[in-house]
Amino acid sequence: MLKVIKNRFEQGCRTSSYPKEPIKLYSRFRGRPVVNRNCDRAVALQCAQICPQEAIDPEKMTIDLGRCTFCGQCETVSGGAFVRFSQDFELGAANRQDLITDGELPDLAVQAKAHFKKLFGRSLQLRQVSAAGCNACEADTNVLNTPFFDLSRFGIDFVASPRHADGIHVTGPVSVNMKTALLTTYEAVPSPKVVIASGCCSISGGPFYGSEEIVGDLNSILPVDLYIPGCPPHPLTTLHALLKFFK
Amino acid sequence: MADLLRITNGERIPRAAIPSLALEEFLQALSDFVKADGYIVQLFAYRDGASNRLLAVLRNEALYVAGTEVGDSFPSLTKTASKKFHMFEREIAEQYGIRPEGHPWLKPVRYHANYAGRPDVFGNDYSVDIPGNYDYFTVEGEPIHEVAVGPVHAGIIEPGHFRFQCAGEEVLHLEIQLGYQHRGIEKMLTQVPQKRLPIICEGIAGDTSIGHNLCCCQAIEALAGLQVEKGASMVRVIGLELERIANHIGDLGALSGDVAFNPPAAYFGRMRGEFLNLLQVLCGNRFGKGLVRPGGVAHIMGAEQHGLIAKKLVEITPEIKNVCDLLFSAHTVQARFDNTGPVPLELAKELGLVGYAGRACGLPYDVRTAFPTERYTDLPGNTNATTLGDVNSRAAVRREEIMHSLSLIEMMLGQHKGEHKSVQMQQYQLAPSSLVVTLNEGWRGEVSHCVLTDDAGRIQRYKIKDPSFHNWTGLAMSLRNQEISDFPLCNKSYNLSYCGFDL
Ligand code: SF4
Repeated sequence: MLKVIKNRFEQGCRTSSYPKEPIKLYSRFRGRPVVNRNCDRAVALQCAQICPQEAIDPEKMTIDLGRCTFCGQCETVSGGAFVRFSQDFELGAANRQDLITDGELPDLAVQAKAHFKKLFGRSLQLRQVSAAGCNACEADTNVLNTPFFDLSRFGIDFVASPRHADGIHVTGPVSVNMKTALLTTYEAVPSPKVVIASGCCSISGGPFYGSEEIVGDLNSILPVDLYIPGCPPHPLTTLHALLKFFK
Repeated sequence: MADLLRITNGERIPRAAIPSLALEEFLQALSDFVKADGYIVQLFAYRDGASNRLLAVLRNEALYVAGTEVGDSFPSLTKTASKKFHMFEREIAEQYGIRPEGHPWLKPVRYHANYAGRPDVFGNDYSVDIPGNYDYFTVEGEPIHEVAVGPVHAGIIEPGHFRFQCAGEEVLHLEIQLGYQHRGIEKMLTQVPQKRLPIICEGIAGDTSIGHNLCCCQAIEALAGLQVEKGASMVRVIGLELERIANHIGDLGALSGDVAFNPPAAYFGRMRGEFLNLLQVLCGNRFGKGLVRPGGVAHIMGAEQHGLIAKKLVEITPEIKNVCDLLFSAHTVQARFDNTGPVPLELAKELGLVGYAGRACGLPYDVRTAFPTERYTDLPGNTNATTLGDVNSRAAVRREEIMHSLSLIEMMLGQHKGEHKSVQMQQYQLAPSSLVVTLNEGWRGEVSHCVLTDDAGRIQRYKIKDPSFHNWTGLAMSLRNQEISDFPLCNKSYNLSYCGFDL
């Protein structure tokens, strides 16, 4: 018992004050990219060629955040001439095409459907389904339950049964072998329900795009309401998206 | 061992140098090797022109390789030599449609059509997309009941199916059927442009991003003749050890949660995040994605990062010690950990368990000391005091490894002078007609990649093995004659990878 108390003192209170107060991530963290639209075409082309995710369109000068793994290679190779990654982790979007961007993202709060806020604003219960996720997305979603993020203080919880859920939060490129289980879980959630695609895998197949063993685009089999980019999305990216979209 | 070629970890071998044995000799050599306390690192099939071939990578104190040509089938060694072969032979059957005749339990590993377009060994129709579509082993009798769990589990966790045969609370048999996470990675790696390789390998198992990608990058380095600077190699070691600590701490927290001792669960959960944040300090990603690239690391460790890591370690090391003490000295915890889910040493040997699952049973194998790469050649190994094969031992080994890894990072920080360049992924010309085998001690144990190039230097076969490939069977055996309510605890003590296994 004494040890419990002693450790309690040593650990102190660690819960983040986000979103009341802003939070600054380390300078190496790669969040929202800012594309230099005046960049030399040749440099943009070079970036597009080295991008392992085919996320860069050198003509339109955009990056597809639904494909990008935020590996940062385009920034390093162009010495920041084509793109710089900011530490802004607020990346959630309601429309797939908004993720194809030069850095500007629409305000998620404005885009959120009013009836979702009314229905789920006070309490949102989600069933997480990993459909071939590599466990990075899953782990950084799970982390929202640790004392630092403490997701339940916002009335948002991940629940065991889809019957108790208001929607599903999907990670992974949706392997062919998980497709049926995913669809069955979705069906088991009572309507009205939401679908959240988390991580570039669920949005576009991520690193596994092109594989015959995956579906690769969650929206092709279920109607996605909210996209959370990243590889994996930073826990704060997920937290921000959930709060903006539903609160 | 006259028939086998001795190789070293990460060394390029011309394919012509690989001994090509007659099938019978090959099987005899494998059987003899494994019976004399030898283990299998890799055993897989590939297509070479019009023929099927098998390649084996074996280990005792050294690494060996040998190959053979095979037809549509071969006599199963699982049946005649050792259980160590059972998964490998099933995988060969699934990937290339080559039947191990007489295999005692020939069933799918991941559930996919074979790569060779041959008739399916299991008679499956893959247009039905359910891996669990198969007759499970059942125990019959009035008092027996069956519990089926998954693929979708109750938490935020990857999918897999568990089928328990129980008499009351007691588990007589647990069958684990995976494959739901299969993304076709091995096949992809032979088809996609080289620039995608590190990113894909970082996604084999996200909690082992560095472990798997390090194997991939070392293989490319061997095949392209790249050298890695000492400073970059130190950063790789720091990355791999941070990954190990983060996962071990997370698991100790999950174990405390599973025995309903909440304070350490919360503290470990928070401290795990601190280590993920250190990886973010190093490379901008909490899982170390984007850190390792062929030829070195993509992000240098400058004075600022060095300072931040060193400072955090000084601050957090005593906290870790205290929370470990809190967990391991609680009687209620000991009562639940002790003697739960034991695997005896003999069985662990027979199954070829690796990593902490093996070390907790008294199998000291650790790639960092057995076949060291990077700076591990100069670093001290670790020893484990509690090796009874139960949950307590698996937890105790984690605790010891956390402390050991902290000291390794400290040594690396002490030696690192900040003199190294960053590298970016490029297209490399790979040596033609070559083989390279790379092994690293990922946090779960031996991670191994094996790459064969064709005569133009293209990747002809890319074979991956996550330690979970060996260790899932260990979990199944841990559950024998245990209470079914101990499953979560046993499962967490192993915390195996679904996607690393499923590929
Ligand atoms: S950061 Fe994104 S856009 Fe840039 S190279 Fe990596 S994946 Fe491509």
